[in-house]
Amino acid sequence: MPKTTLSTTLIKATGINRYYGDTQAVKDLSFELNSGDILGFLGPNGAGKSTSMQILSGTLAPDSGSIEINGIDLIEHPTQAKQQLGYLPEQPPLYKELTVNEYLSYSASLRGIKKEQQASAIDTAKQRCGLTEVGNKLINNLSKGYQQRVGIAQAIIHNPSVIILDEPTVGLDPIQIQEIRQLITELGQHHAVIISTHILPEVLAVCNRVQIIRQGELVYSNDMQSIATDSQTNQLELSFKNTPDLNTLENIPGVSIVEKLSDTDFCLELSTDNNEAEQSMNALLSKAVEKNWQPIKMQPRLRSLEQIFIDLTLHDNSSNTDEDTAE
Amino acid sequence: MIFSIALRECRSLFMSPLAWTVLAVVQFILAWIFFAQIDNFFALQSKLQTLKSAPGVTDLVAGPLFNITSIVLLMVTPLMTMRLISEERRSGTMQLLMSSPVSMTQVVLGKYIGMLIFFSIFILQISLMPLALFMGADLDSGKLLAGFLALFLLIAAFVSAGLYLSSLTDNPSVAAIATFGLLLLLWIINANSPNDASGNVFNYLSLIQHSNAIIRGVVSSTDVIYFLLFITTFLGLSIRQLDSYRLQH
Repeated sequence: MPKTTLSTTLIKATGINRYYGDTQAVKDLSFELNSGDILGFLGPNGAGKSTSMQILSGTLAPDSGSIEINGIDLIEHPTQAKQQLGYLPEQPPLYKELTVNEYLSYSASLRGIKKEQQASAIDTAKQRCGLTEVGNKLINNLSKGYQQRVGIAQAIIHNPSVIILDEPTVGLDPIQIQEIRQLITELGQHHAVIISTHILPEVLAVCNRVQIIRQGELVYSNDMQSIATDSQTNQLELSFKNTPDLNTLENIPGVSIVEKLSDTDFCLELSTDNNEAEQSMNALLSKAVEKNWQPIKMQPRLRSLEQIFIDLTLHDNSSNTDEDTAE
Repeated sequence: MIFSIALRECRSLFMSPLAWTVLAVVQFILAWIFFAQIDNFFALQSKLQTLKSAPGVTDLVAGPLFNITSIVLLMVTPLMTMRLISEERRSGTMQLLMSSPVSMTQVVLGKYIGMLIFFSIFILQISLMPLALFMGADLDSGKLLAGFLALFLLIAAFVSAGLYLSSLTDNPSVAAIATFGLLLLLWIINANSPNDASGNVFNYLSLIQHSNAIIRGVVSSTDVIYFLLFITTFLGLSIRQLDSYRLQH
């Protein structure tokens, strides 16, 4: 992910709490985001993703905590702060009886773009979202994918420094998803982008930072490089051409079989100590040569982001809040 | 900003068949009343000539027309205002307004003005009928103007109440029924003492009391202030209600 060297803090959230009645939807959420960051906000349904997005975009007031958008306090000076902010809610806020052009020109004037600059702003937004062809069509007659793009166009029309997209690729076909991801990557070069999603490959494809939220609480926050470290395990996937003898395999010092995938495929666990693991590996390889097992594949098993996500979110997930009314 | 919101509101209104239907139906009904009044006038004309200070065309045709228009408005306004805010909440477009650098005061005023633009077209269309009488009769233009003023104030009051009730719910039909109920209540609130001229609270609250006075041609500051107070109250309440969206749930 391209990262500008001169990064400024564009969004700074400190100690945000939000209650719905007695349920705490967001618990003490704090984070910072620089320009050039694309943050993936992950969480199971009802974890408080949408609530957090709404709070960050200023459409919902937190019960406590503060948010700064490009140095401007969102709660104290909402009007100035919101000029720096583009938001696509879970449900795109479209007036279906308007044409794409009419709608975008309305959004542009709401965002305070001057009349003489509106035409070029609309053109740029349409170009970036691939809407040039459908400018004169009624939004109501567009497919879901195009409507989603109009929603994104609305969020970026004023070239805001912070862009918040709540599940931007829902309901799109694979090609459109690819295009939207491309667009998000592009936007991330000069803005701070937050996307919420529960599609993990999406995070891997576009984000350079990940936060996982569970029951309103931030349980994981890391950048992509660190995830690579986090995802290392001491397990090894092995395939042989010839069926190995199970006993011999198990008797190699420091090796235990975790899973037997088939007669010739195994998942082995090695010691967590690097030196010991290397010794076991060597022993394993010489054994394989000696017995003519002919290993054809050998790779460390990675704990995928998915696994991290499941590990973090699955336990103690009995009392789901019903806040997130997705689709 | 306010003007863009007003313009969008108005445009969306005319995109839907509702606005056109309302204009057409109301025009037809009122035209029927108008012709009936003219008929009446011709029937009475011979008798009128014998009277000393006889009521003129303005009193016999335009007056009743305005009175009936105000009743029709009572029924039509809730239909037009019901979606003002509830629809935005329901379809999620409220999020666009709330994440934009606009204050809720601007949103409320924009929507209010947008609706007033629509109803100004409505009044213009109605006014063509009495104005057509200028071709063949002497009209009291002062009284006629007072009538238009009464209609406009009435509409401005109705719309402000409708706007507020629309901000309370995300179900447009609920907003419509509530608006109709409230306006009807305020219309007939002095039913117990309709002709009591003393400073009765119910009499002061009654919408019809104030609008009728102006339609009769008596434009007094009491009546105008009543309408202005009515409008400011409901607009203020709407702004408050929208501001509290961020807080509640």
